[in-house]
Amino acid sequence: MNANANANANINANAKATAAPPLLTVRGLKVVVGGRHILHGVDLDVAALGTTALLGRNGAGKTTTVRGILGLVPRTGSVRLDGEETVHLATHALVRRGVGYAPEDRGVFAALSVAENLRLAERPGAGEPAYGLVYELFPELRTRARQAAGTLSGGQQQMVAIARTLLNGNRLIIADEPTKGLAPKVVAEVARVLERAAETVPVLLVEQNLAVVRRLARYCAVIADGRTAHRGPAAGLLDDPDAARRLLGVGHAHPHTQPHARPPAHPGTVQDQEAEA
Amino acid sequence: MSTVVLLVLTGLGLGALYFLVASGLSLIFGLMDVLNFAHGALMSIGAYGTWWAASGRLPGAGPGGLGFVLAVAFGTAVGTAAAVVLELAVIRPLYTRPREQILATVGVGLAVPALLSAIWGADARPFPAPDALSGTFGLLGAQVPLNRLVLIAAAVIVLIALKVFLGRTRHGLVVRAGVEDRAMVTALGTDVRKAFTLVFAIGGAAAALGGAIGGLYFGSVDPEQGTSLLIFAFVVVVMGGMGSLTGAALASVGVGLVQQFANYYTTDGLGDLAVVVLLAALLLVRPRGLTGRLA
Ligand SMILES: Nc1ncnc2c1ncn2[C@@H]1O[C@H](COP(=O)(O)OP(=O)(O)OP(=O)(O)O)[C@@H](O)[C@H]1O
Ligand SMILES: [Mg+2]
Repeated sequence: MNANANANANINANAKATAAPPLLTVRGLKVVVGGRHILHGVDLDVAALGTTALLGRNGAGKTTTVRGILGLVPRTGSVRLDGEETVHLATHALVRRGVGYAPEDRGVFAALSVAENLRLAERPGAGEPAYGLVYELFPELRTRARQAAGTLSGGQQQMVAIARTLLNGNRLIIADEPTKGLAPKVVAEVARVLERAAETVPVLLVEQNLAVVRRLARYCAVIADGRTAHRGPAAGLLDDPDAARRLLGVGHAHPHTQPHARPPAHPGTVQDQEAEA
Repeated sequence: MSTVVLLVLTGLGLGALYFLVASGLSLIFGLMDVLNFAHGALMSIGAYGTWWAASGRLPGAGPGGLGFVLAVAFGTAVGTAAAVVLELAVIRPLYTRPREQILATVGVGLAVPALLSAIWGADARPFPAPDALSGTFGLLGAQVPLNRLVLIAAAVIVLIALKVFLGRTRHGLVVRAGVEDRAMVTALGTDVRKAFTLVFAIGGAAAALGGAIGGLYFGSVDPEQGTSLLIFAFVVVVMGGMGSLTGAALASVGVGLVQQFANYYTTDGLGDLAVVVLLAALLLVRPRGLTGRLA
């Protein structure tokens, strides 16, 4: 099929461009929840440098892919972190190998204070937690340390979620739609922080906001109906309106706010037009 | 007036007993979503362990003074160990099968009293109480048995200890977080199952302590004591809000008082019914219980 040929060409391009072997290699990931097959075999590489975006329409299986990688849902297949097979590991054991996770619903403990939320992410034996970095990026978290996390705004809760991934000098950060439901200004701030984090730690980013993807991601993988439908450089996909429409369904409205929204139908700004439509 | 004083302190003593059972029940349910129908059995184990030791079968332990303290410690320790074994051997293997898990705890809850009566008989055994705790004291004209104060003091100490544990320690933090979102605790790199065992140990210890000093209150031990108390402990847990310690404490006081007063001023037995009516009324007004969450 045309789609397959296209995907293969992109995988080759990807392989050529990536000198270092991928940090995370997912092969044939299958997830069955309550007798329902949700993932039928997802293949995914997270580059050893920078941000890799995981894209797909609503309900495609992005979140399930991430939860499958972490072992939060029963899964089969292969998940290699830095060459080591982790598919048999319990979630906490994988995470202790150096994975930070900011889940889709932020996973903030509402009844606990901000400081307690952060303290939970400390890993005994993993070295001094990087509170300096966290408070430099999110000064607000220091002033609100004693506030119950459930009373924070959505953006502040997302900062807590991201801060928890930055505390431990992780080898990989997984963020599932960190900009979802946030005001444009906060989206830009979250994007800035992730961009900075990705300078030192590879990031696997699930994101529907294509302007954020364009700004952060070097590579991408697209999930459709529980399978990998496309892998390749992010820019390649975003610059190809046909592929973007076919794989991501942009053109259907989606409600995310854009940091750099422009009027539609501007020749030469296809990506923004797509993202906004 | 003196009747009211006596009823209040007896109600509080009974409430203290409920709290000792309900606190563990509530934490276990809050953290693990496990309804532990064997919790009354843990109380019985504590009661029999204490009775066994205090009747002179354990060297050093006895019915008076330090010997009695040792007997209570022994009964509590046996109950704690039983709770840990219960979690590791029965609850953990059935973790992914909640229905079987409940049935298994029901089974243990029935088997333990049967075992106790097979060994020591179904009849109530007199509980050896130390002289120092057998007397009464005068308060506003009423002669109140001292054991009521022992129960209340034990419950208050357990409440404070649990609060400090939950609020000030890393394990306590993990428990509080796990009550909200277990999966997220593991996703932050903490093995939440260790907290399960710990919570069972703590809950078992409190219930066994309740059994140990409950013997003072009832004056005897019998195999069904713990199980018959369990139903009121469940009422307390639901009223207080699943997983809430403060809620359990408040509900224990309420249930103990209502039960005592209703049993005294109406027909004996109507107090037990009144408790259930109270539960239904509360759930109509506040479906999530007094507090709704752990505090
Ligand atoms: N626990 C579950 N039980 C049953 N079905 C589930 C479960 N979790 C996810 N699904 C289904 O699996 C599919 C993929 O869901 P998933 O959340 O992974 O999609 P997604 O790509 O993250 O979507 P979104 O963009 O809306 O976040 C959906 O059809 C969803 O309804
Ligand atoms: Mg999702």
